[in-house]
Amino acid sequence: MGNQSPSQGIGTKSTADGDESGPLSRIVMWLRGRSTLVANVLLAPTMLWLALFLLIPLGIIFVYSFGSRGAYGDVVLGFSLENYLRAFNPQWFPIILRSFLFAGIATVLTLALGYPLAYFIAVYGGKRKNMYLILVMVPFWTSYLIRTYAWMAILRSEGVINTILTSLHIITEPLILMNTPFSVVLGLTYGFMPFMTLPLYANLEKLDKNLIEAAWDLGANKFWTLLKVTIPLSLPGIVAGSLLTFIPAVGDFVTPTLLGGPDTMMIGNMIQQQFLLARDWAYGSALSFSLMALLLVSIYWYVRKMGTEELG
Amino acid sequence: MKRLDKEVRVLVENGLQGPMSRRGFLKKAGAAGLLLGAGGLLAACGGSEEDTTSTTGEPQLSDKLNFYNWSDYISEDTLPGFEEEYGVQVVYDNYSSNDELLAKIQAGAAGFDIIVPTDYMITTMLGLDLLQPLDLDNIPNVTNLYQNFREAPFDPGNKYSIPWQWGTTGIGYNSEKVTDFKPTWDMMWDEKYSGRITMLSEIRDLFGVALFKLGYSPNTRNAAEIDEAKELLLEQKPLLKHYSTDTYIDELAANDSWLSHGWSGDVYQAQAENPAVMYAVPDEGAISWVDSMCIPKSAPHKYTAEVFMNYILEPEVGAAITNYVWYPSPNEAAEEFVDPEILSDPGIYPPDEVMERLVFFEELGEDTELYNKAYQEVMAG
Repeated sequence: MGNQSPSQGIGTKSTADGDESGPLSRIVMWLRGRSTLVANVLLAPTMLWLALFLLIPLGIIFVYSFGSRGAYGDVVLGFSLENYLRAFNPQWFPIILRSFLFAGIATVLTLALGYPLAYFIAVYGGKRKNMYLILVMVPFWTSYLIRTYAWMAILRSEGVINTILTSLHIITEPLILMNTPFSVVLGLTYGFMPFMTLPLYANLEKLDKNLIEAAWDLGANKFWTLLKVTIPLSLPGIVAGSLLTFIPAVGDFVTPTLLGGPDTMMIGNMIQQQFLLARDWAYGSALSFSLMALLLVSIYWYVRKMGTEELG
Repeated sequence: MKRLDKEVRVLVENGLQGPMSRRGFLKKAGAAGLLLGAGGLLAACGGSEEDTTSTTGEPQLSDKLNFYNWSDYISEDTLPGFEEEYGVQVVYDNYSSNDELLAKIQAGAAGFDIIVPTDYMITTMLGLDLLQPLDLDNIPNVTNLYQNFREAPFDPGNKYSIPWQWGTTGIGYNSEKVTDFKPTWDMMWDEKYSGRITMLSEIRDLFGVALFKLGYSPNTRNAAEIDEAKELLLEQKPLLKHYSTDTYIDELAANDSWLSHGWSGDVYQAQAENPAVMYAVPDEGAISWVDSMCIPKSAPHKYTAEVFMNYILEPEVGAAITNYVWYPSPNEAAEEFVDPEILSDPGIYPPDEVMERLVFFEELGEDTELYNKAYQEVMAG
């Protein structure tokens, strides 16, 4: 579909040069009849990149996942399903469930916080729109690790929150905020906020304001307009934002490592430990593929569900 | 010795804090190593000329020596001193974890003449056939080492390795909050301090503590003993703030953690920020570790590397490193040149009765799996 315009563009240029019989023009004429070739040339760099840095490594990991750990932590290739059988060990179920729960709560919270923000910028942003957008992205200019360490300074027992509450005599004993499920979900929500806000903004920005006015004209109040018109129309933004938040959140291991406690381990930690602590790359690979399969199924279910709701 | 996630910490500290204390400086430069490592690697690969042999058959020094060491684990004078004395240019490059080192050597990064893996990693590298034997005729100063470093279980007789610096893994505690502190691992199971205790998340280190507490060897291959240790760790889990290899240093310094299973150098770093933080080696025993110089199979300048090792073993050179990095030296002859303040600190130079209770980890080969599985059960439990 997009193949037409580039070839036309080049053609127009060469005509303007008045060099119809020149070699460039001949190449362009030849290309014009071969739009699939143009498409392939345009796609080639990305495809090459993906093949080199995604497909080949994935292939290696896939091959590894059927191997086993050598005595010194090397990978012994072979064909055994043992790693996958171990991956379905019930001892992991609470961790998998917890990961989906934490990532799910974080996604709902980013949506609850991000939607009004994106709506505000899109509808009431006016001239300051770009500034607001930059403000959403500013935290990204600092390393995620440093921002997470800042949360530690805020949440710890002699941290900002506890010091303020104690000095105001609101509490006598420090609140236990760090190394809890609360701190992990907080960290995830904070960390993935822009992933939700930006797609929502992109969607709400394009929203046809006439449709909202039409709803008012037809007697809907602001609440029902939001519920029946704005939200359904922004569903693609909600779906995109949720996926962009949920998928990296469910596999995150940095946040639970830094902000979590002994009982907040997530799938990402479980995989990381196999690679870096146990040096069992084969088992780690099998766990990674199992997680990918689980995520693909969940995403398929989610997109299907959201898709049908959009129709209704 | 630095571990896996250290660079993370280091990166953050560089961002958050201004001036660095001397001891703090040890770990913080890891980030620089992380960022500059790639560039340095290229430089290290540059020197390709081999050691040459003169017509008389005497080996000759090369022009260059490529030295790959832990970040900020050396005195300022060490390398210039060697360059001046021997006329060899040292290309110095850094890493911040054993796994990073292993990955690079395994990936075939040729060009490094000397690397400094930790004890158990030497066994691993020997198992993977990555190291070459030393010609001790070129390293006569090897006799300067303490006896225990000449007979270390991972390399008895220094066939493949010459110790660089060493340390212990014990308890860092806050002496103002834990007023009844006793040097025993039982402290880490004390319910009074629930929520203020942290344990290292390294598999063997974590199980080592439980095994010491039970009176077993931290190198046991006995499944029943490992199982008992697992039960003990599961019992401890509700009392823990978390498992950590990095954040515990800040938490000790910030009065947030009061009892931390940790590496001596890390705890001293916390002490530099918070004088209430103390370090102790428990009575039941503790792990000691040592980082040692080795020559990879692919090293182009083996003879020069051995001359360098001999230079490091000179008493003044060894002492200068310890005086700078505050880790104990494996060099007995260096003692008289070590600052008295460092030499008399029992946390840095443990007294003889503590030395007797220190154990090195042994690489367990296939039996490592026993620990890996038990560890997963603790983490998932």
